[in-house]
Amino acid sequence: MSTEHIDDVSGISTTGHEWDGIRELNNPLPRWWVITFYITIAWAIGYTIAYPAWPMLSSATSGLLGYSSRNDVKNELAAAELAKGKYVAAIQSKTVSEIAADDALREFAVAAGGATFKVNCVQCHGSGAQGSKGFPNLNDDDWLWGGKADQIQQTITHGIRFTSDPDTRVSEMPAFGDIITPEQITQVSAYVASLSGKVQDASLVEPGAKVFAENCVACHGANAKGNREFGAPDLTDAIWLYGSGEAAIAAQVRTPKHGVMPAWIGRLGETKVKELAVYVHSLGGGE
Amino acid sequence: MLDNTQVERLEAEAVNSAKVRQPLYAARKKVFPKRASGSFRQFKWLVMAITLGIYYLTPWLRWDRGPFAPDQAVLLDVANRRFYFFFIEIWPQEFYYVAGLLVMAGVGLFLITSTVGRAWCGYTCPQTVWVDLFLVVERAIEGDRNARMKLDAGPWTARKLALRVSKHAIWLVIGAATGGAWIFYFADAPTLAGELFTGTAAPVAYITVAVLTATTYTFGGLMREQVCTYMCPWPRIQAAMLDENSLTVTYNDWRGEPRSRHAKKVLAAGQPVGDCVDCNACVAVCPMGIDIRDGQQLECITCALCIDACDGVMDKLGREHGLISYATLSDYNANMMLVTAGGSGSVNPSLVRTADGLFSDKVAHFHIRKIFRPRTYVYMGLWSLIGLGLLYSLLTRDRLEVNVLHDRNPQFVTLSDGSIRNGYTVKLLNMIPEPRTIVVTLEGLEGAEMSVVGVDLPAGRSVPISVEPDRLKMLKVFVRQPAGQIHGTAQTFKFRAEDKASFESDEYTATFNAPEIAR
Repeated sequence: MSTEHIDDVSGISTTGHEWDGIRELNNPLPRWWVITFYITIAWAIGYTIAYPAWPMLSSATSGLLGYSSRNDVKNELAAAELAKGKYVAAIQSKTVSEIAADDALREFAVAAGGATFKVNCVQCHGSGAQGSKGFPNLNDDDWLWGGKADQIQQTITHGIRFTSDPDTRVSEMPAFGDIITPEQITQVSAYVASLSGKVQDASLVEPGAKVFAENCVACHGANAKGNREFGAPDLTDAIWLYGSGEAAIAAQVRTPKHGVMPAWIGRLGETKVKELAVYVHSLGGGE
Repeated sequence: MLDNTQVERLEAEAVNSAKVRQPLYAARKKVFPKRASGSFRQFKWLVMAITLGIYYLTPWLRWDRGPFAPDQAVLLDVANRRFYFFFIEIWPQEFYYVAGLLVMAGVGLFLITSTVGRAWCGYTCPQTVWVDLFLVVERAIEGDRNARMKLDAGPWTARKLALRVSKHAIWLVIGAATGGAWIFYFADAPTLAGELFTGTAAPVAYITVAVLTATTYTFGGLMREQVCTYMCPWPRIQAAMLDENSLTVTYNDWRGEPRSRHAKKVLAAGQPVGDCVDCNACVAVCPMGIDIRDGQQLECITCALCIDACDGVMDKLGREHGLISYATLSDYNANMMLVTAGGSGSVNPSLVRTADGLFSDKVAHFHIRKIFRPRTYVYMGLWSLIGLGLLYSLLTRDRLEVNVLHDRNPQFVTLSDGSIRNGYTVKLLNMIPEPRTIVVTLEGLEGAEMSVVGVDLPAGRSVPISVEPDRLKMLKVFVRQPAGQIHGTAQTFKFRAEDKASFESDEYTATFNAPEIAR
């Protein structure tokens, strides 16, 4: 339309469009709004030049500033590593006992070791390190191979009955089902059970003690307190890896089960193994 | 009798004049408030001095708290999560004090509004105070109303440019000083001031100053009355807060109307004439650019400058003050009934005056009694109740706390001698700025002993722990109970923390778990 139409009621010019007699007032947007709108357009163009934006065939334009979120992550990880560096260096140069004795280092090692534990150890030992039948509880004060920090470190480093590591901890209890009679097994089981509790038939205890003296003391000791050199468990305490009670003991005497733990040094490296050892040592049973 | 020749008549029209009122969606009309003088203006200067004084000086007040706490009287230490207010120190978990103060501020605002209207808006709101301050600068540089209007309408000359540049520069300096003062509440003021000017302060400090400079300059210098009219919700809420006994700035048309610029002629013609000489002084001084004679309107912030302006005119005319005054709606209505002879006629102000020209006894005036009415009693009661509650809680609050988290994985550990061990994370909160030795004791749980990781003491029922001033100490505690003394799978007992020197203590009821078999 060539001529400007003025609305009678408001006195404002209309856009010239008409729908069934209804016209739209030509109220322009406020100038500040329009200017802001143009600024956002200019900003958006500048942004797509400065930052990765336009999709290409196999990638996208990289932008003049060379920004990438992967680089951000890389830098943040590097910064985190740098921040940990002081502690990591100290852990590398000190023994686990020294680390456990230093408040700040222990705190760091326990946190770091806890994280490593959650990834690598919980599958067998449980998320609270509480273990289960056949997998030792690491919270308690009963240790097959020793509960000092350096002993724990040794166990984690080389594993248990892990044949591909020459320094692994090895022991094997013979299957006494082939060596002694079933009656003797019943007797010795009653004797072992009597060391830490009541048994059903007390008359079995005395012959059992004889069987024990003839067959078991070599590893478990005359007082049945076990021997950490061979990973022989203490049979007088309240903790039973394969279950308490005469039946469970008899089963273990007849055909013993032996757990295997891998050597972790290859996978985790010395620093993480040290941190793990300090963590396990801190769970409450460390010696 | 009316000698209005001394009264300067001003060309002023309200931005929202009733005659040509249009919707709020409209282009801004510039407002050039004229300088007012009078008792309310004096009072506003005083309020401005006090509020700005509090704002700028508070961070510099010192308060000795000993060697282990900052000596700044008011400090919001965000990094260490402490809030210091003179003798009060608040930890984050005590933030309900701040919530309580905000509730009190809210109820207080209701109370003030229901008695004296939007006094907050008119006198103490930062927007009002800063706009007032910016107007002082504007008047000092560009002159009063007429000079400013002339300058604004005139072409761009070197003089106009110089005046405008210096005005905006001073505004920006005020803005920077406003933002600058704000950050001192969040760090040690003298230290931060030094860092700020040597360029060594944290980036967030400069960003905060920059943002607040921009908002102060924009709100106080450029947007002014638009902030109140368009952005602030309070003008909308106030309608629910006011009632017929609330004081508001009122044009008393029962004595002002019919307004006339030629009173003598009108009188001679035998027509009624009111006190208003239509000089527009009330419109010219209004920082909101409105005409109070159009009645109550949401734009009015009740700054009372129109009262000062009108009283000045009334002085010159030899008439009583209060043509525009603080009045309640009920008084106003009563007086309107008088002058309209019970609402039947048009306004005849002579009906409220006796033969000798004084106000008749029937004219209703505000009485202080009206402040005390059920509604304000409720507000006062509520306000005092919350205040007393907060005060009581503040005076009796613990400065020593113990919190306990029971290890859940595993819940308990069987040890080789058959005894059961539970692990706990015990948090000791020493909430005073002095180092303390806190004795943690087991209460209940027969035969149990505890050992604390990192504390080289034999297991026992009681362990002394030294806690740093104003800090939380986290302890890993193992509690061990012999097999024969375990009674049940879940026994309750208490961790008790005690400061033997001050006899302060706190306790936490915890649970000791054991397996079924151990019983």
